[in-house]
Amino acid sequence: MTDLATYNFAYLDEQTKRMIRRAILKAIAIPGYQVPFASREMPMPYGWGTGGVQVTAAIIGPQDVLKVIDQGADDTTNAVSIRAFFQKVANVAVTTHTKDATIIQTRHRIPEHKLAEDQILVYQVPIPEPLRFLEPRETETRKMHALEEYGLMHVKLYEDIARNGRISKTYAYPVKVAGRYVMDPSPTPKFDNPKMHRSEALQLFGAGREKRIYAVPPHTDVVSLDFEDYPFEIQTFDKPCALCGAENVYLDEVVLDDKGSRMFVCSDTDNCEDRREHGHVGAMLAPAKEAAE
Amino acid sequence: MYVAVKGGEAAINNAHRLLADRRRGDRSLPSVTIEQIVEQLGLAVDRVMAEASLYDRALAALAVRQARGDMIEAIFLLRAYRTTLPRFGSSVPVDTAGMKVERRVSATYKDLPGGQLLGPTFDYTHRLLDPSLLTDPPVDEPERRSTPEEHIMRVSDILAHEGLIEADGEFSEDHQAGDLTREPLEFPMSRDLRLQALARGDEGFLLALGYSTQRGYGGNHPFVGEIRIGEVEVEIEVAELGFAVSLGRIRVTECQMVNQFKGSSKAPPQFTRGYGLVFGQSERKAMSMSLVDRALRAEELGEDITAPAQDEEFVISHSDNVQATGFVEHLKLPHYVDFQAELALVRKMRLDIEAARKGDRGELQEAAE
Repeated sequence: MTDLATYNFAYLDEQTKRMIRRAILKAIAIPGYQVPFASREMPMPYGWGTGGVQVTAAIIGPQDVLKVIDQGADDTTNAVSIRAFFQKVANVAVTTHTKDATIIQTRHRIPEHKLAEDQILVYQVPIPEPLRFLEPRETETRKMHALEEYGLMHVKLYEDIARNGRISKTYAYPVKVAGRYVMDPSPTPKFDNPKMHRSEALQLFGAGREKRIYAVPPHTDVVSLDFEDYPFEIQTFDKPCALCGAENVYLDEVVLDDKGSRMFVCSDTDNCEDRREHGHVGAMLAPAKEAAE
Repeated sequence: MYVAVKGGEAAINNAHRLLADRRRGDRSLPSVTIEQIVEQLGLAVDRVMAEASLYDRALAALAVRQARGDMIEAIFLLRAYRTTLPRFGSSVPVDTAGMKVERRVSATYKDLPGGQLLGPTFDYTHRLLDPSLLTDPPVDEPERRSTPEEHIMRVSDILAHEGLIEADGEFSEDHQAGDLTREPLEFPMSRDLRLQALARGDEGFLLALGYSTQRGYGGNHPFVGEIRIGEVEVEIEVAELGFAVSLGRIRVTECQMVNQFKGSSKAPPQFTRGYGLVFGQSERKAMSMSLVDRALRAEELGEDITAPAQDEEFVISHSDNVQATGFVEHLKLPHYVDFQAELALVRKMRLDIEAARKGDRGELQEAAE
């Protein structure tokens, strides 16, 4: 029987890491530009974060502290699985606290807590091409980026307004990076778009199946596309988080019974727990607290 | 009272444990061995090796067993292992003319040098379930040819003698065979990369596309010039030695489709080739591959591109089943953050419409009064 190989630190071999690091450096040098890279077959399925995992594997060192979130939560199954993968193949320290992490790999959210300059946010990206839904051909969309030909995107946004009275894109809302490339921020809700703008943290985007890496360097302009008379707006919620009372954060809707009762809670579980530890109480927990007293 | 869902880790561990239980099944039955899978489910092993692009029967059998017989899962397992292996060189082009042929059929000639050899084929079996296989009856030893093996020339070489078929594509002397598992994919592709993508592409997808060309979507009037299955020698050039050394033999299936071609502004009338080469024994895959390869040469030959099978970006972007299954199945991962955003939007739009309707009704009422 053939001997199975033992794996290198952070799974990828050093040559592959070097190839990915080169792509990352190029991506940082050209903010928002999608750099093709020779994406490897990873031991988890395509579409489940293989791009983000490869970026993280290429930049992580033994001293790093890793946080992995999916939908803003540290305990969603795929986040648990990816975190366990890096614990196994890189034996790095992991955390759920945004503040303590040096690398945060995410799917669909940006943490509520403002990121600092010594942190790197790694996004898992399913479809890196913001123009893909307007033009399915890669050969065409690359040309459009090269010529800075973004008229089609503006027409799409305009048609939205003409039909629906508003831009009906609620997530993966296109942005322009450093005044040049239109970029897909990955399927984060547009609520998170302003957090990308002039972020102190480095933001790296990995799309494994589509074999693309792109980046937003720290302090880079990231502007959501809009029109003067229809300015970009983010989602707002009527009520604060039911558990921690936070306002101006992104909330998940939780269905409580079959009679239509619902509650809204923080999508960012770490932020919510942190607030509760510091004595913030939402409507749902308040009665329980009073009863205990 | 809502409690934040915790314990993803325990849930995952328990799911894996249950999966292992289901994989093993009834413990009172003996476990199927790797050797049994290699010997008795050989075509499943072949498919896994072909679409994983790794020729190792034992590891492919292990993957089949671990995947509970799910072929794409097995292919995925073997590929994820393959990707960790170092690449130390490229082989010399395999000489299929020198194949130790076990099966060889041509549809273009009644008889030809080397003859027609049926080999181990399902082709003329009657598809009647065989009740005797419910047990383990003794099986006769196969009939072996008594004459020494002769060199079996390729049908394409027969046609080439007359200049009736195009030459094999020419690459410059210093051309390095591409490897799409090591370089990013870019369109348009060179034919070597395209053939690599087709060779590891999904059998079902290529079958459907090949079939579509026969039904008029980019037809190319194919004849099976030849299908041959057998063992070929794999050799590698060793720089220090200055000559090629043999690494061993592998079983492959080769299909050369001969296609009518009326000529175009770019090429004279002559037969053109569609090529298929697959690890192991898989005629269906090799034939489908050669149909699709020919269809994808439409641009090179100056033909109109009208059908899906002729569209390189469409075909190659969607032929990889490990990529396809990953992305289709990722839809079951949580998407509730985005769904929340959509919910809010739809609610708001419905409110707008309701308000607008009420407004209209109000106006109508006023007009009526």
